[in-house]
Amino acid sequence: MKSLAELKAIRDKARAEIDLRKENPNAARVLVGMATCGIAAGARPVLTAFVDEIAKRGLTNDIVVTQTGCIGICQYEPVVEIEVPGEEKVTYVKVAPEMVPKIVNDHLVNKNVVTEYTIGAMTK
Amino acid sequence: MYRSNVLVCGGTGCTSSNSLTIVHKLQEEIERLGLKDEVNVITTGCFGLCALGPIMVVYPEGSFYSMVKVEDIPEIVEEHLLKGRIVTRLLYQETVEDDTIKSLNKTAFYEKQKRVALRNCGVIDPEKIDDYIAQDGYAALGKVLTEMTPDEVIQTILDSGLRGRGGAGFPTGLKWKFAAANDADQKYVCCNADEGDPGAFMDRSVLEGDPHCLIEAMAIAGYAIGASQGRVYVRAEYPIAVKRLQIAIGQAREYGLLGKDIFGTGFDFDIELRLGAGAFVCGEETALMTSIEGKRGEPRPRPPFPAVKGLYQKPTILNNVETYANIAQIILKGPEWFSSMGTEKSKGTKVFALGGKINHTGLVEIPMGTTLREIVYEIGGGIPNGKKFKAAQTGGPSGGCIPEEHLDIEIDYDNLLAIGSMMGSGGLIVMDEDNCMVDVAKFFLEFTVDESCGKCTPCRIGTKRLLEMLEKITTGKGTLEMLDEMEDLCNYIKANSLCGLGQTAPNPVLSTLRYFRNEYIAHVVDKKCPAGVCKELLQYTIEKDKCFGCGMCARKCPASAISVTDYTAPGKKKPAYEIDNNKCIKCGACIESCKFKAIYKG
Repeated sequence: MKSLAELKAIRDKARAEIDLRKENPNAARVLVGMATCGIAAGARPVLTAFVDEIAKRGLTNDIVVTQTGCIGICQYEPVVEIEVPGEEKVTYVKVAPEMVPKIVNDHLVNKNVVTEYTIGAMTK
Repeated sequence: MYRSNVLVCGGTGCTSSNSLTIVHKLQEEIERLGLKDEVNVITTGCFGLCALGPIMVVYPEGSFYSMVKVEDIPEIVEEHLLKGRIVTRLLYQETVEDDTIKSLNKTAFYEKQKRVALRNCGVIDPEKIDDYIAQDGYAALGKVLTEMTPDEVIQTILDSGLRGRGGAGFPTGLKWKFAAANDADQKYVCCNADEGDPGAFMDRSVLEGDPHCLIEAMAIAGYAIGASQGRVYVRAEYPIAVKRLQIAIGQAREYGLLGKDIFGTGFDFDIELRLGAGAFVCGEETALMTSIEGKRGEPRPRPPFPAVKGLYQKPTILNNVETYANIAQIILKGPEWFSSMGTEKSKGTKVFALGGKINHTGLVEIPMGTTLREIVYEIGGGIPNGKKFKAAQTGGPSGGCIPEEHLDIEIDYDNLLAIGSMMGSGGLIVMDEDNCMVDVAKFFLEFTVDESCGKCTPCRIGTKRLLEMLEKITTGKGTLEMLDEMEDLCNYIKANSLCGLGQTAPNPVLSTLRYFRNEYIAHVVDKKCPAGVCKELLQYTIEKDKCFGCGMCARKCPASAISVTDYTAPGKKKPAYEIDNNKCIKCGACIESCKFKAIYKG
């Protein structure tokens, strides 16, 4: 170790893993439906896509990605719910891994709900 | 990037209840369900709630599974990790409230705790230096080497008010200042990891859960006093701690955080381990250094103090593991942050190992000034089976008993000394009405008699004589005069012993004489042991009017001391039994066998 910068680089790299082990009550939550219907419709790659995208942007301390069970709208799986503290819950349906970067960027970072992916748009 | 972290406790407590098999089973199941790249299994240090081990926590949900069994693992992996359904049935039930799961930090055990020394225990993987660095590890060392002078470091520690956590409570900054003031070609930084008090295991938990924090703090101390060499004296009976410390030292060397020219500042520092054979006296500073030098671990007279002539006759500082565990945090967060916690004269937090008659056996870290009542009844969850609190023993063989009347005392160094106990390294053994205080004093004295190194007479012979008197009392051969003789001898040993071992050895006797003299009197005058512990003073009796004459006790009695009488109680069909106290070996098997509660002891 020859400099503080070197230490900081290691720290930043290792930090995302540790952030996962902290309980931040103010964190936004991404809930991916992982019941049988969700898994069958391809929820697992969606979950991984969220985890990777959030880690890539260094948001692990502010956003928690977790699994949830079936919420009863199996025909729309994979279903992803996003809870930002103080705001209404948003439900995205038929989510594919390709849609994930946009949801993270627009909704979680810039606070603009991606209306076209939500359950409201789908049921119209 | 993993989406989930499963933390399994790998401290000594949980490993002895098989947590490593749980880790293997977890990995096997995770592999089987194809979750290997999504779920990371980490073996951590102690979570503190040892009574509920093996412990396993799943993040990001923060689900706290307690008393996990290997058979539960397939269900937890399939339900929780694969399908996202928390297995509520297997959670620590205090975290389950109606249908919601509350955070661990809101449970009675954790809510009042403030983790500074233990902040990384149960969070990081102690065998990964990157985990420690992620928690701002080695940032304090970096700050010290690049931004602060040695004098500033010492001043910071002085300002924080940190006092030695080994028990005596000497101001750490002052110790460093003395050693820094002495010029020498070589100085040493030593760590006392020879935790020997029966029941204390906080140092072991820090070593097992966060070994790098010790290395970092010792390097900081080295910079402050001008030493390039460190020695950790750790007992060989702590194999997990030794192994993790060795791994940590190896990793720190590899990263250049130990060795030459650390952070390119020209500062050199390295650490070596020395394994102790487990002699209690080697926790005394001069004996510890003598032992490191390869000689028999015996204390030497002070002065000269170690700050002048310590290890190899060079200026040396010796601090306890828990003391070091606070250093990096003080540097990073500032002395004001640290001194904002605690009482006027005792700053910061203290780790206690809770043991004895208490529901939550384990490790707790609380701000100084927390009351004993809060520790026992809130954090510790009270006393099992609804029994009544009698005393808490702090400071191990050097400390004393705190009776119920002092339950509301705010725990700090000076308050404990004032009531005849001491902080010690932080063992806290809770005793209830079933404990005999004379027997407790005898237990601790047996320990010190065994552990006395024999170098000085007051300790070698004095403690032996003291023990003999206690043995007489517990076997019904004591006299009232003996109590005064004991007190005199205690004071003599305290005043004349060479080192801390002898100077504090009479404390358990003195404090029980002070607060539980009536129990001693019951032993010598009435020849009774009120708690029913001292066997020689016990008599088992069958209450004939309650006896149904079933004969169960007579069949269980291994000494054939119970026989039938010709007395039949009114309303009973068979004659009652009685115990021949000349034959009775006081094993208590008859009491356990009696369904009618007709047998009592006393």
